[in-house]
Amino acid sequence: MSSETKIEYQKKEFSPKVKSVGLALLIFGIVLVIAGYFVSPARMTFNNIIGFTFLISIVIGSLFFVSIEYLAGAVWSTPFRRIAEFLTYGVYVLPFILIPILLNLHDVFHWTHPEVVNSDKILKEKAPYLNVNFFLIRILGFLLIWILFQRFITKNSEKQDFSKEQSLTTKNIKISAIFIPLFAITITFTAIDFLMSLEPHWFSTIFGVYYFSGTILASLATITIAVIYLNEHGYLVKGLSSDHYYSLGALMFAFTNFWAYIAFSQFLLIWYANLPEETFWFLQRWEGSWIAYSIGLIIIRFVIPYFGLLTQPSKMDPKRLKIMSIWILFAHFYDLYFLVMPNYSRSGVVFSWFELGFPMLIIGALILIFNELSKRKNLVAIGDPKLKRGIDFRL
Amino acid sequence: MSDKILYGYSAIFDKPDDIIKAAKTVAEHGYKKYDVNTPYPIHGMNNAMKLKPSKLGYISLIVGLSGALAAILTMWWMSAVDYPIVYGGKPFFSFPAYIPVVFEVTVLSASIATVLAMLFIFFKFPNNSHPLQGTEYLKKVSSDKYGIIILADDEKYNENEVKNLFQSLNASELEPIYWDNDEINHKHKIFEPKFILFLVVVAILNSGAVYFVYNKLLFMVPFNWMMEQERQNVQQKSLIFSDGFGMRTPVEGTIARGHLPYQFYGKPDLAGEKLINPIPVSKSSLKLGQEKYDTYCSPCHDYHGTGQSRLNGQFPNPPSLHSEKLRSWSDGRIFAVITEGQNVMPSYSTQLTEDERWAVINYIRVLQRAMNAKESDIK
Ligand code: HEC
Repeated sequence: MSSETKIEYQKKEFSPKVKSVGLALLIFGIVLVIAGYFVSPARMTFNNIIGFTFLISIVIGSLFFVSIEYLAGAVWSTPFRRIAEFLTYGVYVLPFILIPILLNLHDVFHWTHPEVVNSDKILKEKAPYLNVNFFLIRILGFLLIWILFQRFITKNSEKQDFSKEQSLTTKNIKISAIFIPLFAITITFTAIDFLMSLEPHWFSTIFGVYYFSGTILASLATITIAVIYLNEHGYLVKGLSSDHYYSLGALMFAFTNFWAYIAFSQFLLIWYANLPEETFWFLQRWEGSWIAYSIGLIIIRFVIPYFGLLTQPSKMDPKRLKIMSIWILFAHFYDLYFLVMPNYSRSGVVFSWFELGFPMLIIGALILIFNELSKRKNLVAIGDPKLKRGIDFRL
Repeated sequence: MSDKILYGYSAIFDKPDDIIKAAKTVAEHGYKKYDVNTPYPIHGMNNAMKLKPSKLGYISLIVGLSGALAAILTMWWMSAVDYPIVYGGKPFFSFPAYIPVVFEVTVLSASIATVLAMLFIFFKFPNNSHPLQGTEYLKKVSSDKYGIIILADDEKYNENEVKNLFQSLNASELEPIYWDNDEINHKHKIFEPKFILFLVVVAILNSGAVYFVYNKLLFMVPFNWMMEQERQNVQQKSLIFSDGFGMRTPVEGTIARGHLPYQFYGKPDLAGEKLINPIPVSKSSLKLGQEKYDTYCSPCHDYHGTGQSRLNGQFPNPPSLHSEKLRSWSDGRIFAVITEGQNVMPSYSTQLTEDERWAVINYIRVLQRAMNAKESDIK
């Protein structure tokens, strides 16, 4: 509000440690993944699906965050919007993580086996949608859409750093308006294709929203971690206050509740109707040690973040917010594991080095991308006309 | 002027930046009792005024949690204790089904409590004698100006200092604000005739509306559509079935639960041979048997089955149920008597269901055992 606010931003080099940490994680992750594919391709493919959907959550969720800011004309997130933009560059990693899945489709999707489909009336009926060709067309189409919009939006935003043209914002608003509905469709069908079709007999119409809620949480958490870390070390524009943190925390809190709302809605209807063609999905997750895992999901994904973010100070204090963000990111992984892994191991939870490969690879890749981009680009959208108001944002 | 009591000293600013600066400076000067009035909420004002976080949240929390608890207890009491009915094969206390209601009640009670507490506890409504009412100051700050007011009862209050402070902040207008004498002297009492009249009018309107809705409105089109349905009532002629009967006989080859047709009419001995008591002796079946026996059998057979009952002399005395013959009868044979009757004793098949008849027989066995206890029973 005050006209005296100055934009104080000094571009700084990351310490070389960042690169070595990222590189170490990436290499170690890749080694684990390759070793895993040699030892147990089926298990690794399931993990690959977790990794793929996990990265989509962070990357495409961030793209959604950016476009929602443009569309809503929000100012509070402008000072660190570039962080979310950086994360969207992860979209170029997605194809690499997708390829091994495509090579091992038969291990995870039993609707890809023609003999299974032919002897199964339900799968036969679903075949016009659930067949390998259409599946490939869909996911390649989605990747194309994501990459295109990622390019459009980030290019315009980065150009503005130098040209300072207001019209670039207007352009991005229009692009965002087109992207949001496409985002809704692509995310929904990604969830259906990669997560729901693991159990092709099962259906839940709210499933896309379920994945969407986790997507937003994962991307918000990643953005928050990056913002807090970078701001603490002085890489961002001066003037970010607890009010900015509070807003990020409040959004995460809101979406934690949203996730619980959606997850419970899905459960309640299935539990109430008690139809065998729907309940078996939950019953599978109520077998052996999966019981403990399912109860853990409620606690890890809802109860702990709920109470961890309930009070005002917990959202304003960067330390506590950082811990909760890391926790929420972990909870998203836990959730995806809950969705995917019962299809691999019916009898109980399995966890060992197989499961660590993809998270390490992804985090390493994101850190490296960040490091690379920070050399070439500003970490703050210094040309954005909303920036000043964004810094002045107070609750 | 001097006879009026001072409420505070007000200043008006033209820009939101100025009012934030003013609030900050006033707070820094150590004033405690002051307030800011703006036409809309200004971001950052809480910090500028150094306001402590509001306590309102605690009221929401406590009332919300109480609401949740009350909802759980209510549903538990209604559907698991007081009137248990099976819905969809679920247990009586099925928590997942309660969660939506608990959620709604929590939100509803918390939000209502928050609004009410905000208005009546924190804002101290209704307040008809606030000194700011009707002042020029309030008119301005509720349209396009930003005002601050330091109250006269602040410890540090000194009219000249306050004035200088405001002037140094470039206030566009300054004005002292006084209590309105009329307002101070006028006490608002609860039992004012006007207020009583108001209550009476509200009560009449309310009950009139309720009466109208329940006795008139619900019987008007379209509100009566629920009631006047094309529906088959009991004992009514049917327009659908060709035989014209509204009540239907059971589908051929089916029988209703608990209504096995009795196959031994006129052949009580055969019944005694073939029928087996399906009801195991248990506390609850004996209790049921006793209840039914006391109601339906004891008038003639006596509470203990001796036959010397309170109807003695008005009706042919029935034989004792403790006779050698009866003790050796099978349960099925007694069942035949209850179902068909015997000579002057009428049939009880319409009063007692099959299970109840068996329960009564179990109870008769208890009576018999009590009258003719074996040595071993006494130990
Ligand atoms: C209206 C009075 C009356 C009531 C009520 C009544 N009984 Fe009887 N009951 C009689 C009479 C009278 C006889 C003797 C009938 C006969 O002459 O064979 C009898 C006979 C019997 C006998 C056969 C006794 C025998 O030695 O042949 C049994 C068993 C019996 N009743 C059981 C019952 C049971 C069980 C009930 C309650 C459901 C019941 N009665 C209710 C009047 C009654």
